[in-house]
Amino acid sequence: MLTAVFVMAGLALAIGAVLGFAAIRFRVEGHPLVEKIDAILPQTQCGQCGFPGCKPYAQAIAEGNAEINQCPPGGEENIHKLADLLGAEFKPLNAAHGVPKPRSVAVIDEELCIGCTLCTQACPVDAILGAAKQMHTVIAAECTGCELCLAPCPVDCIHMLPVGESIGSWKWKYPVFPLTRAA
Amino acid sequence: MRKLHRFHGGVHPPDRKAESTRLPIARAPLPRRLVVPLHQHLGHGAKPLVQAGDRVLKGQMIGRAEGYVSAAIHAPTSGTVRALEMHPVPHPSGLSDLCVMLEPDGEERWVERGPLDYANLDPQALRLKLRDAGVVGLGGAAFPSYVKLSPGARQRLSTLVINGAECEPYITCDDMLMRERADEIVQGVRLIRLMLHAEEVLIGIEDNKPEAIAALRNAVKRGTLRMDVVPVPTVYPGGGERQLIKVLTGAEVPSGKRPVDIGMACFNVHTAYTVHRAVAFGEPVVSRVVTVAGNVLAPRNYEVPLGMRVADLAALASPLADTSGYLMGGPMMGFELPSADIPVVKASNCIIAKSQALFPAPPPAMPCIRCGRCAQACPAQLQPMDLFWFARARNFGKAQEYSLFDCIECGCCSFVCPSHIPLVQYYRFAKGEIWAKERERKAADLARSRHEFRQLRIERDKQERLEKLARKTAAARSHAAPAPAMQEAAANPADDPRKAAIEAAIERARTQKATITPRNVDNLTPEKQAEIARIEERRKKIREMARDRIEP
Amino acid sequence: MEGYLLILVGTVFVNNIVMVKILGLCPFMGVSRKLETALGMGAATTFVLTLGSGTSYLVNKYLLGPDLAYLTTLSFIVVIAGIVQFTEMAIRKTSPVLYQVLGIYLPLITTNCAVLGIPLLNVQAKHDFVESLFFGMGGALGFSLALILFAGIRERIEAADVPGIFRGSAIAMVTAGLMSLAFMGFAGLVK
Repeated sequence: MLTAVFVMAGLALAIGAVLGFAAIRFRVEGHPLVEKIDAILPQTQCGQCGFPGCKPYAQAIAEGNAEINQCPPGGEENIHKLADLLGAEFKPLNAAHGVPKPRSVAVIDEELCIGCTLCTQACPVDAILGAAKQMHTVIAAECTGCELCLAPCPVDCIHMLPVGESIGSWKWKYPVFPLTRAA
Repeated sequence: MRKLHRFHGGVHPPDRKAESTRLPIARAPLPRRLVVPLHQHLGHGAKPLVQAGDRVLKGQMIGRAEGYVSAAIHAPTSGTVRALEMHPVPHPSGLSDLCVMLEPDGEERWVERGPLDYANLDPQALRLKLRDAGVVGLGGAAFPSYVKLSPGARQRLSTLVINGAECEPYITCDDMLMRERADEIVQGVRLIRLMLHAEEVLIGIEDNKPEAIAALRNAVKRGTLRMDVVPVPTVYPGGGERQLIKVLTGAEVPSGKRPVDIGMACFNVHTAYTVHRAVAFGEPVVSRVVTVAGNVLAPRNYEVPLGMRVADLAALASPLADTSGYLMGGPMMGFELPSADIPVVKASNCIIAKSQALFPAPPPAMPCIRCGRCAQACPAQLQPMDLFWFARARNFGKAQEYSLFDCIECGCCSFVCPSHIPLVQYYRFAKGEIWAKERERKAADLARSRHEFRQLRIERDKQERLEKLARKTAAARSHAAPAPAMQEAAANPADDPRKAAIEAAIERARTQKATITPRNVDNLTPEKQAEIARIEERRKKIREMARDRIEP
Repeated sequence: MEGYLLILVGTVFVNNIVMVKILGLCPFMGVSRKLETALGMGAATTFVLTLGSGTSYLVNKYLLGPDLAYLTTLSFIVVIAGIVQFTEMAIRKTSPVLYQVLGIYLPLITTNCAVLGIPLLNVQAKHDFVESLFFGMGGALGFSLALILFAGIRERIEAADVPGIFRGSAIAMVTAGLMSLAFMGFAGLVK
């Protein structure tokens, strides 16, 4: 009986020592996963997920503090990708955080703009050009469509314009055929 | 006799070329209105140079090449610009693009033009001339030719392949051009060879065009340069760049590479013709030969001013009453035009009138039975059934693993499919989705870097403000304390250790900058030296201005 | 030498741990949705099993002996759990994505019956040290083979028109059954 206890205790000690060594040798600094999650997120920096930007949201997901279904611009597709990456179950988009919208860009009505620079401060990607008391304008190619500039504008001169299809962005549709009765 | 090779797969659709080769090429009369799109080639569209109301001459540049992969656009005839507006262009989407609406005055007055002194022009200048002449690949892809003529890393090419295969059914524009204008084509080939320093020139023509082969052989004999006119077996898609290179030389262009990477280049005969016109006469590309065939009374080839609408062009060949639409390009790779109010562009080689009898609606698609006929027919040696499987399930990653992007969309697989599955549509769909993802990813990367930079900037500003505040309070405190020694210490930067360190760093950077001497400045021409001096002057000024702002 | 080869062929094909002995089904169904994860899981299991068979042989031979035979199962569980922990740390350091992808299945290797089963079978068959190593590696390779084949099939099934009620686990079960039948064909390969 005593031998059995000694044997098991010895075994446990030996394995404990090996694991202790491994814990030091293979220490993981930081969370390399954050970058991977951040790469999937759409980078609109819109904050609809409840975090101040895509990177903080990625961090929260990696640490398990946020669900993967809080990003409306990414849509269901991104949730699938995140679920794949994290080995988690797919969840439908949480409507509390908003609904996906067609991609749009902000447009400033230049007649109305009073040059208050509030929107330039709100823009997370510095896509609004303008100085105090000067007319502002949005650099369309860099606008992510986050809508963060809408709220601060005191004269409501910003509106969102959906990005239509152009020759450059057009893509072939999924082949769909009308059902016909075979003769 | 040259030893020819075979490419994998291929099909033999009925060629239907005889109808449109009975009559010589005719000049299409000027229509009342021309619609000239500013984006007729791959790459960036041209930048408009005219406004509504401008009078232009034939051959006058109306769109300047913008960016590296681009080409200029010219007025196809003299007349008045009526408007610069969005108009449907030849594109499978049927979407509109910026076009110059031109009303011809019927005088066909040319701009001043003359032959280029190509022997005394340096190659780069000659290439730019071709870009400004709007020379693009007229085989169908409309890739700006001057890009292909830039030798890049490789200085000498082993083989220049001239493509006269013209493998798609119905299309005969290259055939007729070779029969009637063989000498000009040979001249053009000579120029291309000169620019590329190619050692050997092979002209591949499918053996169903004996007249064209004979005409080109005679023209080569009359010329001074040795070129091989090689009849190649008629197999669709023998006119594909990779396929023709394989047949003529046995070499295979590796996946994801271009012919130039294996020391070859491939140009269409029509492109060679326009190169000749541009160099020998200074004429830009303002017209091209277009086959009008299909459900028309008089199929024929026309030399068409670019921008002529399909309706006007088709009317010349008198379409039959039951014509139900038009195809641009051949029946294998072309696309159906949403309306006839669409202009002919540089890439349009053929207009086919459709009818129920000629192009019956395909029978409904049945499930794939994995018979493998598509794999046997695929000239790119892909597995079309697997690509279809994954494209249909939207599993694009897997589709890419199966080399989706090596697909040339030739349509052989759909042609042989016993289940009548429109395979190519699935591949186009998958490619489009992948490109869209790529665009999205690029946009996201841009947004991420801009956001990160903004965060950095905000952080930096905050830090600077804090420092300023700290300095101010320190100054105020020292002011309050009547200790002149301390005040002196604050005023003298050498005594404040942090400030001293910064000061020292700036000084270090300054001396370092002064001691750095730029490389590669030996043996420069005086002009270059002067330019460098000017730039240095400007730089110094900017630096001065910057220093003033930092140290007020 | 021939004996080792026989053990290898026997465990990989004839007595495949998953398809014939029906052990280790949890990760077999769970981690076979994607080829990459299946490869990772196969590699992790191979590593753990080879190491585990060797270590448990040593433990059994020199630590327990015939007197303490009743401790075999208990001590094997401890040894294997230790090795799995070690593997987990190593993978977490070297490949965070694989670590995330294997997710819950990595610690589950501990309770993977194949991983405990093979050392126990080793004891039963009275294998010597090298034989134990080969038996462990062969079993793990057989497991990986079955897993990877199955993942390959499932990836294709994913893209297929499976009738609604068969989607997901149902069709996977049917497929696994058919694969098991196929592996029966190896019976009699080695005399």
